Amino acid sequence: MRPLLLGAVAYDPKVVTIWDGFARFFGEHGLPFDYVLYTNYESQVEAHLDGRIDVAWNSPLAWVEADRVARRRGRSARSVAMRDTDQDLASVIVVRADSPIRSLADLRGRRVGVGAADSPQATLIPLDHLAEAGVEVEVLRHDVLVGKHGDHIGGERDAARALLADAVDAACLIDANHLGFARDGTLPAASTRVLATTGLYDHCNFTAFEDAPAAELARFVDLLLGMSYDDPAVRPLMDLEGLKAWRPGRTSGYALLERAVDRLGTLDPWLAGRR
Amino acid sequence: MARGPALVALGPLGLDRGGHLLVRRALRDGAVRVRGDHPELAVHLRAWARAEGCRLTALDDGFDLVPGPGDRRVGAESTGSVGPGGVVEHPPARWGLAARGARVEAGTAPIAFDLDEKATVWTDELPRLYAMAVAAQWDPAVAIPWSAPLDHPEEVEDAVVQLMTYLVENETAALLVPARFLARTHPHFREVLQVLAIQCADEARHIEVFTRRAGLRRDTLGLSTAGGQASLRTLLEEPDFALASFLLSVMGEGSFLSLLRFVAEHGPDPITRAVCRLASQDEARHVAFGMAHLQRHASLDPGLRPRLAAAVERRHDALRDTAGLNAEVFDALVLVAAGSWAPEAIARGWDAVQGLVAEMDLGRRVRLGQLGFPVDEAAALSSLHTRNFM
Repeated sequence: MRPLLLGAVAYDPKVVTIWDGFARFFGEHGLPFDYVLYTNYESQVEAHLDGRIDVAWNSPLAWVEADRVARRRGRSARSVAMRDTDQDLASVIVVRADSPIRSLADLRGRRVGVGAADSPQATLIPLDHLAEAGVEVEVLRHDVLVGKHGDHIGGERDAARALLADAVDAACLIDANHLGFARDGTLPAASTRVLATTGLYDHCNFTAFEDAPAAELARFVDLLLGMSYDDPAVRPLMDLEGLKAWRPGRTSGYALLERAVDRLGTLDPWLAGRR
Repeated sequence: MARGPALVALGPLGLDRGGHLLVRRALRDGAVRVRGDHPELAVHLRAWARAEGCRLTALDDGFDLVPGPGDRRVGAESTGSVGPGGVVEHPPARWGLAARGARVEAGTAPIAFDLDEKATVWTDELPRLYAMAVAAQWDPAVAIPWSAPLDHPEEVEDAVVQLMTYLVENETAALLVPARFLARTHPHFREVLQVLAIQCADEARHIEVFTRRAGLRRDTLGLSTAGGQASLRTLLEEPDFALASFLLSVMGEGSFLSLLRFVAEHGPDPITRAVCRLASQDEARHVAFGMAHLQRHASLDPGLRPRLAAAVERRHDALRDTAGLNAEVFDALVLVAAGSWAPEAIARGWDAVQGLVAEMDLGRRVRLGQLGFPVDEAAALSSLHTRNFM
């Protein structure tokens, strides 16, 4: 049995610790497993389409990329598993607490700080939310590690800092980072006000194409879903990856992102090269 | 009738200012209903619940939360008990930095501390030695009569400065040796860490007062010699805790006790006498710790004494071709004890230093005897001790 080969994007050095740990866990449970790290999601999706990896730990945008190219080629992509923390996220558009901006309409023509160009949570979905409300704004991007789809928190933190520094009139963040930035002092409590909250959406998933090795993939998913946070042997790994439980994959949570990339044309250049 | 979820009324308190503490506390007993007026409560509670693995349901007038998995106390391991009686023989690396008596979450990554055997580091004297050390800390600014007059001859002052130069160098080695072992000791042996840390603090203070005394009338210090540094280097390079502590505390600091007491008695001025007297009090505790843990170690490990003897012999061989104590230090001791260049005074000083050397030898033989060495072997080992004293 050749090892099931997973692709993941190295957005932080801890990624090595995480996948070494998972490789050990899968090995101990009878599933030969190895992984390859990519510097950006586009390379990972390409490699996956070329059959160089069996399963990919994809950002939501990478999922859309993989799914769209697969459909064009008469293939099919599946989301086989995801974290509990990947489900039902929301982004927020925040202003300074003392800002005269009271509604989305007040933001018209104002400066809005977003994260990296390819960040679903800090750029694409919030900008789509604004567009859906008919509000045109001046967008100031905070591009930290483009290609990593906003996995790195730096872009959102820069947008938050720009808000406090009055360099922008509003900033776009994922809900958890709004709370996290309040706690770590980036955005002191009561210094900002949530102007709008987007609809709910899903984040990462393990993506597999129709030709993935069926038995190994089934074992992989079974082992993931069987991991218990109450088991001290796997708890540190789950803490590192930021989840309490794995869930079966679903694709119902990507509608907002699909609409955003269609509206913003985010993937058009990339997709144009992949018939 | 079934009881409904417990109510957590946050009022204006948000999760951005600690509201989650109240929610988490209530969740320990099961499902909760959260109500509050903070404008971002809905956004923050959903994000927090997701990260905690709690199931959240939004209601018209609040939120219901069902606790998630993961009580970190389940499967946690006990690490002995708080008091000295709770020390175990071999604390595992997975206890890491945990306080003795704490429970360590299962799955905690191990931290390696190689001094992890009670037999090697422990003595029941530790709590008493630590308490004594804490109580005996002195403030150089207060304890030393820095403004006392210095009315001895200039050449005697030069001798004092040379002695202080030598003392600072030796105390630096006496700081670095325990500091290195401190960082290698398993934190389960809390009292060992504490005693070694105070020992380092003692030496830091000694370095301060000897340096300050040397600089009272001189801008430059005396000579640091190749032989002196070669001798101290063998202490720094000894990786074995028992051997290093034997060479430093029992043989070296033990000899230093006699030296400091000698200068405390013969020093030409109240400042010199005070710094040496106070330093000697601290050194006595360092010697006591070294003696106490080595006595216990030797009683448990019959192979220790031959290793200690071999260490003295090895060090002697390593230093065979060095000069040992520099002539400047020896001459300075004579002159300090003499108080002047008058021939009869020099003769007195010479005799006093001969007495000091004999006293150091006697002290080493007594301590070696207390560690279980027969009289003749103790005498032989003492004679091999470095001529640099430390």
